[in-house]
Amino acid sequence: MEFLLISFSKAVSLVLGFDRELLHISLLSLKVSGLALIIATATGLPVAALLGLKKIPFRGLLVSIFNTLMGLPPVVVGLFVYLLLSRSGPLGFLGLLYTPSAMITAQTILSFPIIVSLCHAAIVGVDPVIRQASLTLGATEAQVAAAIIREARYGIMSGIIAGFGRVMAEIGAILIVGGNIAGYTRVMTTTIALETDKGNFELALALGIILLGLSLIINAVLHLVQKKGTIKR
Amino acid sequence: MSLSLKIENVWKSYNREPVLKGCTYSFDKGGIYALMGQNGSGKSTLLRICSMIEKPDKGIVSYISAGNVLEQDISLKRKITLVLPTVGVFNDSVYRNVAYGLKIRGIPYKEIRERVCNILELVKLTHKKDQHALTLSSGETQRVGIARALIIKPEMLFLDEPTASVDTANTKIIEDVIPEMKSRGITIILTTHDQLQAKRLADQLLIVKDGKLING
Ligand SMILES: Nc1ncnc2c1ncn2[C@@H]1O[C@H](COP(=O)(O)OP(=O)(O)O)[C@@H](O)[C@H]1O
Ligand SMILES: [Mg+2]
Repeated sequence: MEFLLISFSKAVSLVLGFDRELLHISLLSLKVSGLALIIATATGLPVAALLGLKKIPFRGLLVSIFNTLMGLPPVVVGLFVYLLLSRSGPLGFLGLLYTPSAMITAQTILSFPIIVSLCHAAIVGVDPVIRQASLTLGATEAQVAAAIIREARYGIMSGIIAGFGRVMAEIGAILIVGGNIAGYTRVMTTTIALETDKGNFELALALGIILLGLSLIINAVLHLVQKKGTIKR
Repeated sequence: MSLSLKIENVWKSYNREPVLKGCTYSFDKGGIYALMGQNGSGKSTLLRICSMIEKPDKGIVSYISAGNVLEQDISLKRKITLVLPTVGVFNDSVYRNVAYGLKIRGIPYKEIRERVCNILELVKLTHKKDQHALTLSSGETQRVGIARALIIKPEMLFLDEPTASVDTANTKIIEDVIPEMKSRGITIILTTHDQLQAKRLADQLLIVKDGKLING
């Protein structure tokens, strides 16, 4: 019990003292997951809009595929990206394995179906009367689409935040393709696993506190966005 | 300048169930027409077809200006508007809702602000400018719908049950706006279940019955 308390107080002082290593690891986590989310949103939102607004063939099938891929186990994504990027793999010549780029790639793949599915749900959840209303006011087809997407904005933001929360807390994919190299590819979750393994609980706990804090913030923002989006209709 | 509308033998079915079975009529420019008929008789369907947000299965809808039938392109569509029975306000402020039609037409910001203020005054909603449109009462929502339509200076205006779920005070405000629109030369076609209102407002009473449009 005493040991736990000591580790915990040391961890707190690491956090409060803005320990350099701690800061570096946390920032890398935010950078990798943040960039992955930006790429996944930039590509996933148009796909979601296409699926939600256009009558394209196999639409229903595609939507259920993305819904299924939402639950993709991170280790499987990690393994897949590893095989792609490993020296003998098809993209091995890029030399990306065990780099932050590999980690961003893995997390982009992981979050893409989440973004597509949640944004699609938000877009098709928009009351059909919105489409009609914008048409009656003289909107072109593109302007109608924009009006619907704008109407879905809170749901879309919720989807992005949920995706961010998921990849921030993820370890399977990022460990396999990042390799947990100190000062280079070591992020919060992988460091927690490693330091716990080594019996170095202070750093692990300190990162745990930060991760928990981030997750609290993410959830608070999510809650705010959802509240803004649910004004009585 | 003003438009007239001619519909000829318009048919429309939903799920193989015919709703409109050959509607024919000529709406002259500058008139006010009141459409009556039982629930489900097809009034809303007819308005959606006339305002070109839906296509008829059969028949012709033509807009005529100075003796010429106009092409049904975006520039014609932007001279016509329909206020839906449920309005369908955007999840946004009253101001942004009313400004929408001007924004998509690329009107400069300053002019938008001026015109929104004028229109809000007309429908007596100036004090609600910054309120969220989804929190309005049904009477206020209808007035936002009318303001949002009027701001684009339509030449033909369709109002689908503008006073159906609206109290007397709101009905009065809405009814007062209608002659004002007529004086601007706008052709108005509205639906209502209120016979007295129809007589009060309209030059011509029409009834949708058994899928046909007849003089009332
Ligand atoms: N989009 C639609 N899909 C299926 N049925 C519809 C649709 N729109 C209207 N209908 C049907 O067409 C009939 C006429 O509806 P409507 O035009 O709304 O009547 P009214 O406005 O006169 O009450 C009703 O039976 C209604 O159920
Ligand atoms: Mg109706």
